[in-house]
Amino acid sequence: MGRIAAGLADPVHDAQMQFRDLLWAMSRPGSVVVLRGGLPAPPEPLVPAAYALLLGLVDGESPVWLDGDHPDASRSIRFHTGASMVAEPGQAAFAVVTRASGLLPLERFAQGSHDYPDRSCTVILQVDHLAAGAGLKLRGPGIAGTARLEIGGAPEGLVPGLQANRRRFPLGVDLVLAAGRSIACLPRSTDVEA
Amino acid sequence: MSGAYNFAYLDEQTKRMLRRALLKAVAIPGYQVPFASRDMPLPYGWGTGGIQVTAAVLGQDDVLKVIDQGADDTTNAVSIRAFFRKTAGVATTERTAEATVIQTRHRIPERPLHAGQILVFQVPIPEPLRFLEPRERETRRMHGLADYGAMHVKLYEDVARMGRITTSFAYPVKVAGRYVMDPSPIPKFDNPKLHDCPALQLFGAGREKRVYAIPPHTTVESLDFEDHPFEVQRWDRPCGLCGSTDSYLDEVVTDDQGGRLFCCSDTDFCRERRDRMDEGR
Repeated sequence: MGRIAAGLADPVHDAQMQFRDLLWAMSRPGSVVVLRGGLPAPPEPLVPAAYALLLGLVDGESPVWLDGDHPDASRSIRFHTGASMVAEPGQAAFAVVTRASGLLPLERFAQGSHDYPDRSCTVILQVDHLAAGAGLKLRGPGIAGTARLEIGGAPEGLVPGLQANRRRFPLGVDLVLAAGRSIACLPRSTDVEA
Repeated sequence: MSGAYNFAYLDEQTKRMLRRALLKAVAIPGYQVPFASRDMPLPYGWGTGGIQVTAAVLGQDDVLKVIDQGADDTTNAVSIRAFFRKTAGVATTERTAEATVIQTRHRIPERPLHAGQILVFQVPIPEPLRFLEPRERETRRMHGLADYGAMHVKLYEDVARMGRITTSFAYPVKVAGRYVMDPSPIPKFDNPKLHDCPALQLFGAGREKRVYAIPPHTTVESLDFEDHPFEVQRWDRPCGLCGSTDSYLDEVVTDDQGGRLFCCSDTDFCRERRDRMDEGR
């Protein structure tokens, strides 16, 4: 069954602030943002940022996929948001990957269609730490020149996986990296170099 | 703030739906994301799309500015500001520099925007190909295939008939080298400001149920030809109030004797310049 963890203390304003932080990160790929507002203690094995973003963004219209049998997380998300938990990653609007090694290949998540590229998955990947200014070299919309993002605990093969994702543009998935309270984004529009 | 409304009017599920759409809009620059536009307490054409986008992003600490054709004091701008003061209790301003969220109808402020700002455009018809191809299924396919030949033919026909591209507002742009986008009916004078802008630009079309976005520092090119390059309007006189020679001017009829005044359409920009002139006096 699983235990139900607490939800957002202030659902209206916490969700708003955290969405704005996510919007900042998504529109400025590679920038690391610490989520503002209250972050409830997450159920195993989610990190606070991943749990808070799900609470603020998903509902009955956006199916969620978790990478494995996580009864506490699954029950908490269902209880607070009403989102359905799906067994196939390809059916999810939001996917959470808690073990980085399970991220690839990205093709198993919904890619959208040429008519509707927005019908694609937003993948939240939990990592050990995030730091701007070193690491992967990023270019593209949202970035003045180049940006750099260091991802602690990134899965093997992440860079070629993201490059293939970029080549599928406008199809593809958008990645939200979450470490503790921090997030950074790598949307499909970003060119990534090791 | 009135306690009878949820914060910023919309219910939370509607905001989540809009927020999910906006995230995809940012990730696919220039692509029009469908969303379930709600009935708003004002008619289509009065900025229902922009209002819904503003309501989805707005927070308690935001400072909101609303302009209509550059002016803070026109009916549409005044009532949208009052709407959010009432339903969200947010601070409002007429000063571009102080605003964190700026909702606009048909202009981009003259003062350069900065990274801490979001510009929300009200959009009547988001589909740049709509007057060339009325069928939604076909325009969607054309965007999917990046098949924009018809748009170039349209601009070429302008050149063939009139000797120049006559489109002067809602001038089509290509975003990040991929999607052709309607920048809303801003004068083409404002098109260069879309390019490499430090602020996030969001577009909302309420009747047509679409949102789209230009992330900061994104390449935005106005469509043109090598031998007919894109150019913006120029005036042969300065603003009659502040003397500016590089802003967008409105022509105002001042009497019934044929009197006319050309003055800045951006009222805040014009006021700021006049205040500075007064200080220097």
